Amino acid sequence: MAPLKELITQKLKDKFGSVNFEFSEFRDELTILFDKKNVVEVCRFLKDDDDLQFKLCEDVTAIDWAQRKNLPTGQAARFTVVYHIYSIKYGFRLALKADVDQSGCSIDSVSSVWKTADWEERETYDMYGIIFNNHPDLRRMYMPEDFEYYPLRKDFPLMGIPGSITLPAK
Amino acid sequence: MGLEAKLTHDGIITSTIDAVVAWSRKNSVWPMPMGISCCAIEMMAAGDPKYDIARFGSEVMRFTPRQCDLMIVAGTVTYKMAHVVKKIYDQMPDPKWVIAMGACTSSGGMYRSYNVVQGIDQFLPVDVYLAGCPPRPENLLNALMQIQEKIGRTKAREFQDKKLPGIAVNQNN
Repeated sequence: MAPLKELITQKLKDKFGSVNFEFSEFRDELTILFDKKNVVEVCRFLKDDDDLQFKLCEDVTAIDWAQRKNLPTGQAARFTVVYHIYSIKYGFRLALKADVDQSGCSIDSVSSVWKTADWEERETYDMYGIIFNNHPDLRRMYMPEDFEYYPLRKDFPLMGIPGSITLPAK
Repeated sequence: MGLEAKLTHDGIITSTIDAVVAWSRKNSVWPMPMGISCCAIEMMAAGDPKYDIARFGSEVMRFTPRQCDLMIVAGTVTYKMAHVVKKIYDQMPDPKWVIAMGACTSSGGMYRSYNVVQGIDQFLPVDVYLAGCPPRPENLLNALMQIQEKIGRTKAREFQDKKLPGIAVNQNN
């Protein structure tokens, strides 16, 4: 069998001919950047394919680039959603990335592929304000439900916004 | 106690009500262990035989606030947790005291951040602030002795006319 890295690259190219994948490697770890509209089908393929079997979704998070210049995709997307997935059978870790623009600020939910993505996407929504379409229960996770801001965005001040979270009366 | 050997015959002592009540109060301070994070480990250590908080009559850690005199807030209080801490404090019967144990509880500590209350004195009346991150059990015992000293100076009727706290209803908590 070819090394899994080449296998993934080849299989994705064969299966999704019309999708533009950008493969990059850092310290033997493969990262794949692609358009957000294909996220569910790509994830489902990586999970269900017998030779890959990425059955574990380790993490869903996001990056706020704030004032990034020289975007890899050439467009000024503010956020990048990052998925870390793991093939338990083949012992291989893979990172998937998809850019999300600030206007609209949404991406399809992969909680139908991996159940664990449910809470991970809720956390990402809580911290970055990225809306996951078709999510079964998109509520805040850490912050109070009536909180109006997204704390891990770069324009959120470190000490918070005074008065935005109430304290009990003395 | 050694006292009975000195008292012959009927053994009657005269004292004031204030002195007797204060003496009994300060030697049976029942703590409410509000253990929120790592300070709670040191608070538990204070209860073990090596440090033995029972020497001060405070070994009765009650997990219901209705039987407690002293709330030991041990750990980082977030804005969300603040409502819980306050609700439990309100359930404790008067007279009651509060120890802010550790740097986080006293001032936010190293968590200078949007989600941590920068000192629980913003919503609770604190009697003793306790330095350390986390403070050692000896330090907690020292704080308890300070509380005892404070209780020793109180008058028996001081707390009788105190107003009951208003009941705060918060839908989110």
